Amino acid sequence: MAVMFVLLPAALLFAAAAVVVFAWAARSGQFDDLETPAMRILGDDDPPKALLVKKTTSVSTEV
Amino acid sequence: MPRGLPAMEHADLARHGGCAHCGLPVPPARRLPSGAAAFCCEGCATVFAVLEAHGLTRYYALAKASGELLPAKVTGRGHAELDDPAFVARACTPLPGGLFATDLYLEGVHCAACVWLVEKVPSLVPGAIEVRLDLPRSRARVVWDPSKAKLSDVAVALDRLGYPVHPYRGARAAESRKRENRELLLKIGVAGAVAGNVMAIAFGLYGGFLHGIEPEYLKLFRWTSLIVAAPSVFWCGSTFFAGALGAFRARALSMDVPIAIGLLAGYAQGAINTVRATGEVYFDVVTTLVFLLLAGRYLLKRRQGAAVEATELLSSLSPSSARVLADGETREVPLEALVPGMSIEVLSGETFPADGRVAAGRANVDLSLLTGTSLPVEVAEGDTVHAGTLNLSGRLEVEVVSTGEETRVGRLMRLVEESAGRRAPIVRLADRIAGRFVAVVLALAAVTLAIWWHVSAQLAFDHAVALLIVTCPCALGLATPLAISAGIGRAARAGFLVRGADVIEALSRGGLMILDKTGTLTTGELAVVRYWGREEARALVAAAEAHSSHPVARALATSRPPKRGPVEIEETQGGGVVGRVGRHALVVGSPAFVAARFPARPPEVDDRVAAWSAEGLTPIVVAVDGAVCGVYGLGDPLRTDAREAIAALRLLGYEPSILSGDHPGSVAAVALALDIPQDRARGGVSPEDKVASVVGAKKRRPVVMVGDGVNDAAALAAADVGIAVHGGAEAAFTVADVFVTRPGLNRLVDLVVGSRRTMRVVKRNLAFSLLYNVAAVVLAMTGVINPLIAAILMPLSSLTVIASSSWSRSFAAPRRTSWR
Repeated sequence: MAVMFVLLPAALLFAAAAVVVFAWAARSGQFDDLETPAMRILGDDDPPKALLVKKTTSVSTEV
Repeated sequence: MPRGLPAMEHADLARHGGCAHCGLPVPPARRLPSGAAAFCCEGCATVFAVLEAHGLTRYYALAKASGELLPAKVTGRGHAELDDPAFVARACTPLPGGLFATDLYLEGVHCAACVWLVEKVPSLVPGAIEVRLDLPRSRARVVWDPSKAKLSDVAVALDRLGYPVHPYRGARAAESRKRENRELLLKIGVAGAVAGNVMAIAFGLYGGFLHGIEPEYLKLFRWTSLIVAAPSVFWCGSTFFAGALGAFRARALSMDVPIAIGLLAGYAQGAINTVRATGEVYFDVVTTLVFLLLAGRYLLKRRQGAAVEATELLSSLSPSSARVLADGETREVPLEALVPGMSIEVLSGETFPADGRVAAGRANVDLSLLTGTSLPVEVAEGDTVHAGTLNLSGRLEVEVVSTGEETRVGRLMRLVEESAGRRAPIVRLADRIAGRFVAVVLALAAVTLAIWWHVSAQLAFDHAVALLIVTCPCALGLATPLAISAGIGRAARAGFLVRGADVIEALSRGGLMILDKTGTLTTGELAVVRYWGREEARALVAAAEAHSSHPVARALATSRPPKRGPVEIEETQGGGVVGRVGRHALVVGSPAFVAARFPARPPEVDDRVAAWSAEGLTPIVVAVDGAVCGVYGLGDPLRTDAREAIAALRLLGYEPSILSGDHPGSVAAVALALDIPQDRARGGVSPEDKVASVVGAKKRRPVVMVGDGVNDAAALAAADVGIAVHGGAEAAFTVADVFVTRPGLNRLVDLVVGSRRTMRVVKRNLAFSLLYNVAAVVLAMTGVINPLIAAILMPLSSLTVIASSSWSRSFAAPRRTSWR
């Protein structure tokens, strides 16, 4: 059972690592908005087209 | 806002001639020959064209998959005010690499497709580096390169996609709230990790407690717990120590005091017993306590923060720019750049951005939000107009006289700040209980010490401290925040933005309810409320007035379906109209205008004109085919649910009373209709007098003030609870404790009923937790308590309270609207 003296600090080190990761996530704003990121993944399929930029001007005259 | 269609119906409708963008029915005038895409409005057509041209039609697939489609609104504004150096200096942050970032508030974002579309803007505007949407807050963070694009280009692109853009105000407050939130979340994270690990170690100790344990492991477990628990108690738990200290300084007792005592006693005793290597330790209980209590407070804070954010968004909607006329051109400038002497243009439907003198034009102005006057006032060249009032008809050129804090609204806002600063906090039920609780627990601890002293001083000390620990009011401390945060969340879904935790408790108690008249008890719009005379005349009048934008004409035109037939009408300035409808000759106008043409009139007409004028109504007289035959009384009609709501509020323990800035005659008429005694209804009250009345009445009993205008704002801030109703002024809803987002006075009843139900949950929770504390006291005093029993009892009581809060049905679910 003497292994306890090693296992317990080791387990606590793991816990401390988790806390550090959590602190980084909280401080960098990962938990500020919990809704939008879930929706963001739905949209990312097609790459943006280079052509789009040119057409902008022609549309603006219609509006 | 019109409601959208469920997505599945969109495809069907579009096939059967619905709008190609939003699926709503297309009006006949906009239908196109077969096959071509038709639209319900210009906004949808614009957005559809932009999406087609840029290959962004994937929007429709996403929108169909993720929710309802809404008709698009495109304002077509140039947003030049966003490029003004004053705005850039105030609201934009420079980033490395010469980039800039700012927050914009977007109207109309509501689903995953909106997120996708808004974040596609960089592909439409070269120079826009990144756009990130925060959907629940309707806020987009825009990063752009000023050397390639202007912020206004980004704003115009967003506008053409159907999301009108407003500069986001209160960015600084939001930033500090965000930091506070992150800090609290971090504390919860640490407290949770510590509680979990200390609990795991405590399992070893329980095992040893039941089956025996070798002393070196006992020592290892205890010393480890002692060290691991320290950050939780002293860093995460510092919130409670700070709160308890604050309460001591203010010579009051709050819930933080017994919590702080329990935490300190628990940790100190554990530390002493660990060093002495004898007796019990309660580290697991103490750390779980910190975690649960912090989580409860976080929930409450989030809910309150959401309500505050929602009202801030609404305040971002009010105009932030003015159109300045210079050298025959108009250009948009931010309000801050407006200075006296400038000439500005204000169109129909716009709010005046500053106080000024009319330089050209003629229009009707709605003063109701500023003064409480229900009737529109006509202004012409040379008249004074005030910031915050609404131009109802016609274009005006205004010479700016004063701006910002120098305007009448600005001066009123100072009054608001003064009365908000004077307000005393409400002493909460839980804090009142906490006071007695501390006294009782300390007395019981002394009794325990005395009883056990003759057995052994050591045992007496252990049992007394155990009592302080197990009665540490975890459930008691959770009872209120959990129930109230659940209540605030449900209230938000039912259309009430509740910004303070104390409000719900204060509302449930009853007292004096002071209501504003214009816009609160009444609809705030001019309409026909009385008519005497020949019924046929009304259809003729409706036809004659159908094409005028004057508010009186609109009220007359909408009171009856117009008679069909040729109409020839000549409108005379400031008096009335003369003309023909079908075969009839018609004269409609003010009593003086009609009297000048028809000296002989039935005596009833003059009687009514006199009586209705005294009530504050505007009389309009009608003559058909050469004879005076009818009188209209125009006024601001009561809301249809006003009578019912006032009666219900009386039953709920409120005494209704009216304070209005409007004509005393019309206030008296409203009071009569609502069965409110005449001495409880006062008209012609200035904003200062409103505050004085509220402060005076507060000395005797709780005062709830309900209003919508700038002239009510100071009184809203001074009252125990200020409620701003739907459609009110920005000043009113930013100072109010509750903002009602849906129209109707019955909402007030729902609010009071919901608050009462929530308070019932709070009381039930408090009863549960006191019961648990009684049980704990008995166990501690008899000396049968040990850490294992404490570790089972404490979370059990907290779980009861959590369950009781989340299963309660406090605020009614929103009533279903017509679509489904």
